[in-house]
Amino acid sequence: MKTALSIADNVRNGSSTAVAELEQTLDTIAARNDELNVFLHVDHDGARVMAEAVDAAIARGESVGPLAGVPIAIKDNLCQRGIPTTCSSKILEGWRPPYNATVIDRLVAAGAVPVGKTNLDEFAMGSSTENSAYGPTRNPLDPSRVPGGSSGGSAAAVAAAMTSISLGSDTGGSIRQPAALCGIVGVKPTYGLVSRYGMIAFSSSLDQIGPFSSTVADSALLLEVIAGHDPLDSTSLPESSPSLLAHVDDGVAGKRIGLVKELYEGSSPAVVAAVMGAAEALREAGATIVELSIPELRLGLSAYYLIAPAEASSNLARYDGVRFGRRVDGEDVTAMMEATRTAGFGAEVKRRIMLGTYALSAGYYDAYYGQALKVRTLTINAFARAYQEVDIILGATTPDVAFAFGEKAADPMAMYLNDVFTIPTNLAGDPALSLPFGRGDHNLPIGVQLLGPGRSEAQLFAAARTLEIADGRA
Amino acid sequence: MSVLPDGWEMVVGLEVHTELLTKSKLFCGCENHFGSEPNTNVCPICLGLPGSLPVLNEHAVELAMRIGMALHCTIAPSTFHRKNYFYPDQSKDYQISQYDLPINANGYLDLPDGSRVRIERAHMEEDTGKTTHLGGSGRLAGADRSLVDYNRCGVPLVEIVSAPDIRSSAQARAYAAELRGILIATGASDGRMEEGSMRIDANVSVRRPGAEFGTRCEIKNLNSLRSLQRAIDHEALRQIELLEEGGTVRQETRHWDEDIGETSTLRVKEDAEDYRYFRDPDLVDLAPSEAWQARVRADMGPMPAERRHALETRLGTPTDAQRDAVVVVIDLGLERYVHAAADAGADVAIALSRAANELAGVESLDQLSSDSFVKTVAMEQSGALSATQAKAVLGELIANGGDPVSVAAAKGYEQLSSDSLEATIDELIALNPDEWGRYRDGDDKLAGFFTGLVMKATSGKANGKAVVAVLQSRR
Repeated sequence: MKTALSIADNVRNGSSTAVAELEQTLDTIAARNDELNVFLHVDHDGARVMAEAVDAAIARGESVGPLAGVPIAIKDNLCQRGIPTTCSSKILEGWRPPYNATVIDRLVAAGAVPVGKTNLDEFAMGSSTENSAYGPTRNPLDPSRVPGGSSGGSAAAVAAAMTSISLGSDTGGSIRQPAALCGIVGVKPTYGLVSRYGMIAFSSSLDQIGPFSSTVADSALLLEVIAGHDPLDSTSLPESSPSLLAHVDDGVAGKRIGLVKELYEGSSPAVVAAVMGAAEALREAGATIVELSIPELRLGLSAYYLIAPAEASSNLARYDGVRFGRRVDGEDVTAMMEATRTAGFGAEVKRRIMLGTYALSAGYYDAYYGQALKVRTLTINAFARAYQEVDIILGATTPDVAFAFGEKAADPMAMYLNDVFTIPTNLAGDPALSLPFGRGDHNLPIGVQLLGPGRSEAQLFAAARTLEIADGRA
Repeated sequence: MSVLPDGWEMVVGLEVHTELLTKSKLFCGCENHFGSEPNTNVCPICLGLPGSLPVLNEHAVELAMRIGMALHCTIAPSTFHRKNYFYPDQSKDYQISQYDLPINANGYLDLPDGSRVRIERAHMEEDTGKTTHLGGSGRLAGADRSLVDYNRCGVPLVEIVSAPDIRSSAQARAYAAELRGILIATGASDGRMEEGSMRIDANVSVRRPGAEFGTRCEIKNLNSLRSLQRAIDHEALRQIELLEEGGTVRQETRHWDEDIGETSTLRVKEDAEDYRYFRDPDLVDLAPSEAWQARVRADMGPMPAERRHALETRLGTPTDAQRDAVVVVIDLGLERYVHAAADAGADVAIALSRAANELAGVESLDQLSSDSFVKTVAMEQSGALSATQAKAVLGELIANGGDPVSVAAAKGYEQLSSDSLEATIDELIALNPDEWGRYRDGDDKLAGFFTGLVMKATSGKANGKAVVAVLQSRR
């Protein structure tokens, strides 16, 4: 499997070209996209223009960025100028954003070549990509199973070797969970590390854009490119992008790693075994393992399913048929708005809008939304206490390996429980990553999760790299 | 001076929205400009396009702080909330506003009559666009077409909420006028009610003096100070009539119709939206540092009350009419002319009167230097120009500039010699023996009759005071 680092090296040293790399990506997509439904839109012409520009810059002897000529897949909730952006919703059908998300500008400045937009659960609400209005994405490792979600398309693009890297977004696990189910690396950065400008909001206080890749180093590189302060996002951290790639081989010697039972208990035996194996591998690499309990994390799922829908109910109000996207005519403006939203949104989106509207309503706010905010504060404080004892926390990413289509789709609670290990990090605003470690039922990959305090990405990548080597993936 | 029947008192609180005079909108870089072609001052952010995010305009915060400081408010750490409701001219279908933690709270405004109205809060929020409903009902529900202009969407507003301390429509008007003066003096607003840059809603209730507050109604569409005053009186009388007939006041929002001079129901309380306020996760808390506040405070000039006092001090003991003139001059920012005249030793009363009358309502005073104004006042004071002539000279100076002496000469305003004036008067006395007889017998009103004739005969060149002096000497 080609890595982004090797592609960029080869493009820069002349042993390959951006155009050749792009054509290979386009060929792979053409060969497998009908079966897997990874891409909703492939920007053949635009990508070629960008690839040619990279090659031309190299020919002129200009310096090109760290992702020179690397094709990359973009989750379809990130705006790219002139490219259809749907959030996998009928309500945005036909809409082409007139502007770029900050991450797109940074990718292009680094020489990367965005090749197209990948499938997701509608408005990033889901854990299987079954909620897409444009059909589910299939797991490249076993097409009878889901790739996870909501960033299922971006995870599948990397797992199917269509691209070496891709961008997803993670509100409650939407990068880490599909990374785990597809056997790749996925990172949810510290809240505010990556600009949200141009990312179509699901839950603004939880959303973060992050990388997918098959190797730890590629995710470190990609995160370095997209991170750093952006004046267009008020919640963006003030610092410039951290140095990550330079630290991936720092190892874990002397690090204290917390094995938190709330983050793996109740998982399948294979998943528990993988987490234990990872702990053992880290110990062998010089870390100290500390067994911990953080009971507050059990409250995370409930708080999340109030906070995220509450914000979503407001964020998704603008899809009213007035200014963009789909419009279904009605007798007057109010009727038009109702008809548009009724026809445009899928069932899960409607469910969450109603949940959120209810949670914020007069008379219910204190009992629901207000209470959830308190739980969020408890979660933040609980993690902060834990990080006084340990540097990194280890757990599972998901309770089990990739599930089959339809297995959980009929039962929202069963689906929501898939995110029980990933959600607390979003509530706390801390970084976490998932990487494959070991295999479970049907020889499917298992994801283990590494969590750390805010801005500890470098240390998480170093620990992940240690596990990558231990798992024989180096 | 109340229009209410005996035994009734009105209780009024005002909510004043003012657009801030910033270059750009509250959360994006689009131009904040009234009167542009529809939908030209727009971008992904103020259009609420998916993925766009707001970034707070620092200058708007400064202007909001200036308003708070001028109103003696506490400037406190504040947050932005979302007010959720669906309306087509609101691009995100929520309005970013401040809710439980406004930037300015707990101030007051002292009015020229010495009364004090407490200010509960002065918070920041974004304006909406403008919808025009065409055909059908002409309203949102049932219109054939609705056109939306988003130029105003995202324009920064400050909403100033008074306590229910106002007890008459005249006081309400004085409050609004004084507040308008403050908004202009702080540079926060141009105060143009006709362009909607200052908009007022009035909460009106009535009660027996000393009783608990009655049920209030909120009156909208008050587009001038005159409307404000009329609407409040009308609404208070309507409520009193209802109560005296044994009815009750229903809490509702009412619309003022200036043409027919009445309010009518817009919506009742039961229809009120649940706005589902919650803190906007796209914005961070706003906590202006002490140093920032000090910088803003240092940049502020004097407020109208202080400026009125300065002018009144130069008048000595002003008459009521002069106090009114001072209010006008300060409202219009014309006091530098009066101060210049006073500094030059000219008559402050004449200068005040000319400023309050001749300079008021003029579109541009660019052509009129304070020097020329002072000279004209001095010429009137010395009798070289009559009042009528001085007004005409000022009119010419305002229109085309120049030097008052040459303007007066060009208009032929050389003073008549006293010989030729006396000759003219004697001639007119001879021609009107009856009137003269009555004047001589003590009917002073006829001085005006003769002055008029003299003015006509001399084409207005005579000085009125001099004419009366001659008439007196002939009596």
